[in-house]
Amino acid sequence: MSPKELIARRVARLLNDGDVVNLGIGLPTMVANFLPEGVDITLQSENGFLGIGPITEQDVDLVNAGGQPCGVVTGAAMFDSAFSFALIRGGHVDACVLGGLQVCQNGNLANWMVPGKMVPGMGGAMDLVVGSKKVVVAMEHCAKDGSSKVLKECTLPLTAVNCVSVLVTELALFEFVNGAMVLKELAPGVDLATVQERTEADFQVAFDLKTMEFDSAELKEAAQ
Amino acid sequence: MKNKLMEVSDVGRFFRDGMTIMFGGFMGTGTPPTLVKALEESGAKDLTIIGNDTAFADTGIGPLVTNGQVKKVIASHIGTNRSTGQRMIEGLTEVELVPQGTLVERIRCGGAGLGGFLTPTGVGTVVAEGKQVIEIDGREYLLELPLRADVALVNAAVADTAGNLRYRLSSRNFNPIIALAADIVLAEAGEIVEVGALAPDDVMTPAALVDGLIKGAA
Repeated sequence: MSPKELIARRVARLLNDGDVVNLGIGLPTMVANFLPEGVDITLQSENGFLGIGPITEQDVDLVNAGGQPCGVVTGAAMFDSAFSFALIRGGHVDACVLGGLQVCQNGNLANWMVPGKMVPGMGGAMDLVVGSKKVVVAMEHCAKDGSSKVLKECTLPLTAVNCVSVLVTELALFEFVNGAMVLKELAPGVDLATVQERTEADFQVAFDLKTMEFDSAELKEAAQ
Repeated sequence: MKNKLMEVSDVGRFFRDGMTIMFGGFMGTGTPPTLVKALEESGAKDLTIIGNDTAFADTGIGPLVTNGQVKKVIASHIGTNRSTGQRMIEGLTEVELVPQGTLVERIRCGGAGLGGFLTPTGVGTVVAEGKQVIEIDGREYLLELPLRADVALVNAAVADTAGNLRYRLSSRNFNPIIALAADIVLAEAGEIVEVGALAPDDVMTPAALVDGLIKGAA
């Protein structure tokens, strides 16, 4: 299982049946492929609809929030952008899953710009992390140069302060509870020392620290 | 009802140098291609454009930025059109990045007669710079101000000749919101029908808001 797939599979198990969920572009989009049986969620697209589905026939008027052609499920609903962001800011989205450049120990997230290098704009990210009931950041633990992306304090411009509920990396799962960052789970085969070594942030270790659970059918499927 | 249908060749007279123009669309989907082309051909320059994003170099509002007609962009995302970022770095085009939900709500305020609104989005980030922070029931909000334009370019799927509009799928996005927020509203629709063919309950933007209508590509 690749690091990204492991992250996506673990995030999928954080979602509950009936949730309205917004999945960001890239790794977060993979989450929809790994929902446990019996978990039926409605995907929101911030450009104006509920019910993103697999693409069946390309339609020029139907794109996802990445501007790519997509499909809709039976029972989907379309609306304008003001309504879409009323859903988002108004707490009607149960969870959003998005990537991160940096997360720090008080739950701040930086994921929208690198000054001088990447200034694409925040799009809907700032609204999503402020308004969604649960904010899940799905990202690799370290940058390409090996430096930790889980920091004492973010150095890049913030997307929002104290907004992250859960951080899932290929090494661990952290929850942010009352301003504290708590290590709740280790990825299979990863020990606490490794997580400590690759994490700059100060975090607490849950008294019931456990290993991420994947069912055997899932692991078998991933191995193929 | 007054017939608003006009030829594409009649549209150019609405555009002037230095104007502020709002456009519907998300990565080009729901941006009226014929109206954008007419604006491009009008040669109007030093424009301020307001919309979700600058699409791609050759789609949506993209070409207008690429060919240098735009002085300022107010948008939530410019990443897919390299020319916008390039011109920003070279100091040729000013870019104001606004969170998407804040952008559409600022436009909604501009069209709804509101003096602004309070949003938690952007608190503690660069978006808050220079803005008033107001605390309500223990939570901090930014005061965001309304946006209006001289001309709005709206894309609809179906229009009747009076200008009642209906949108289709995800091409609705900013279109019904900008139709309230500009002095002159120009709409393009792929299909034009007689007045009465659109049932009142199916009208998403009422004809009273639309000043001119052209038939676009279906």
